[in-house]
Amino acid sequence: MSHKIIVPIGPYHPLQEEPEYFQLYVDGEKVVDLDIIIGYNHRGIEKLSESKHFDQIPYLVERICGICSSSHPYAYCLAVENILGTEAMLVPERALYIRTIIDELQRIHSHLLWLGLAGHFIGYNTVWMWAWKYREPVLDCFEMVTGNRNNYAMFKVGGVRRDIKDEDIPILKKMLDDLIPAADLFRGAIMDDPVIKSRLKDVGLLTRQQAIDWCVVGPTARASGVNIDIRRDEPYGAIDRLDWKVILEKEGDIFCKTVVRILELYESISIIRQSLDKLPKNAPIDAEVKDIPGGEGIGRVEAPRGECFHYIKSDGTNRPIRHKIRSPSFMNVASDKVSAVGGTISDATLTLAAVDPCYCCTERVAVINKVDNRKVMNGWDLIKLCQEKTLKLKATLSES
Amino acid sequence: MDMRDRIKEKLQGKIKDWQEKSVKRIYFSIDKNDIFKVAQVCFKELELRFITATGTDMPEHFEMLYHFSNDPAGEIFSVRVLLEDKLKPEIESITPLFPGAEWIEREVWELLGINFKGHPNLKKLLLGEDWPENEYPLRNKSDSNNK
Repeated sequence: MSHKIIVPIGPYHPLQEEPEYFQLYVDGEKVVDLDIIIGYNHRGIEKLSESKHFDQIPYLVERICGICSSSHPYAYCLAVENILGTEAMLVPERALYIRTIIDELQRIHSHLLWLGLAGHFIGYNTVWMWAWKYREPVLDCFEMVTGNRNNYAMFKVGGVRRDIKDEDIPILKKMLDDLIPAADLFRGAIMDDPVIKSRLKDVGLLTRQQAIDWCVVGPTARASGVNIDIRRDEPYGAIDRLDWKVILEKEGDIFCKTVVRILELYESISIIRQSLDKLPKNAPIDAEVKDIPGGEGIGRVEAPRGECFHYIKSDGTNRPIRHKIRSPSFMNVASDKVSAVGGTISDATLTLAAVDPCYCCTERVAVINKVDNRKVMNGWDLIKLCQEKTLKLKATLSES
Repeated sequence: MDMRDRIKEKLQGKIKDWQEKSVKRIYFSIDKNDIFKVAQVCFKELELRFITATGTDMPEHFEMLYHFSNDPAGEIFSVRVLLEDKLKPEIESITPLFPGAEWIEREVWELLGINFKGHPNLKKLLLGEDWPENEYPLRNKSDSNNK
């Protein structure tokens, strides 16, 4: 080719909720090469973590991402617990179940969010609106149980910070019951729709060998027939005492990635239901770990997007000397280089989104007095406002 | 045959220090010149999945840990390599073996200043193109260059 034609997607693009820059090298409509430029969101969290003590780090790492905001602290806690021994040895039974419930609730809301975005990307805005509508009760339940819609602050080394109240359990169960028809709706609307099928089938292909060579993880790998799921391979929480199965597809196109995520919704719903039934009564939720000895530990969990990996090296002081974090998207986004090349430009945006690149949906609010441009609410007012809203929400949830 | 025995057999003479720190966490050290061969055996022959690599700035040396996952058994094998040359740390790139290592080597290169020989595309990943040279965010600042 004498000269390259570049079609830029990003760094700020209406289809992306997070700054990332894809340079598509095109020949007519066909994408012949792809350059991925990232780093716009780099906040130096690994370095920051070395300046925090072990109790502070869960709150830092859950801010890596507003969507996987239980996977990161969970993987971190597992890494520290790995220095001390293992999670199963250390953490009380009830806390194991609560950890699993939070982790799976997160998977449901994350998959629904992706499903909505995928619908939006292919111009099927009804799916977008539906998916986000059904995601809302999940976030309400999060707020009821943890006090927050995102960044739940539930995890600590040796246990969890908040208990699930007995009176909340029926509300959670009702929410799960209501989700089943919603999941059925998506299964029908996407898996049985010939238009969607022809739009997604054989698009953005990632073969099994490519998936292995690019070391992709999570639903992206499972859609290509790579049978990995950390929940089964290295069980954590109470997951190994529950009955569920890993969803595996073979073809590796976007349709398969969608199917994997929709079917995983059912598994997550079933996992939470079983956990709520088996939750031990009146048991401790925290092992009260005091000191972290020197050593190194690795923790990993199956985040909605795949394996989330944390490595901690401690020298016996109250801070880690190294905290390595590998989020699943780091591996999955890189594989766009093979799945988007060879397709058309119109497929590219969808392919780039099909690995479910991770972004933050947390927003903050400030109320300004219009007359003199003065801030009329301080941080404490906002906290009070949030608490009032949570109480109101709890009242409506228990009424319905 | 257990994966531990297979690794020990395939890498005979190359493993210097074998530690099983907990049930499913195995760490072993190798010489830095063997990394390509070891990665080849682990990834291609034994079909372990490459998770990531961790670079650490230690007082006496740089330490690289290559984490490989044996998914059917849920084990993680971490290959430890020490780079004694603090002024010019360098190691052979494993990206030519499989593309999944490309990004992590670029990240370690820009954040820690470890050079990867033979990397096909060694350029900035997370930092901006205008980031000053010889300024590595993940290195511990000693008194001499603590600005």
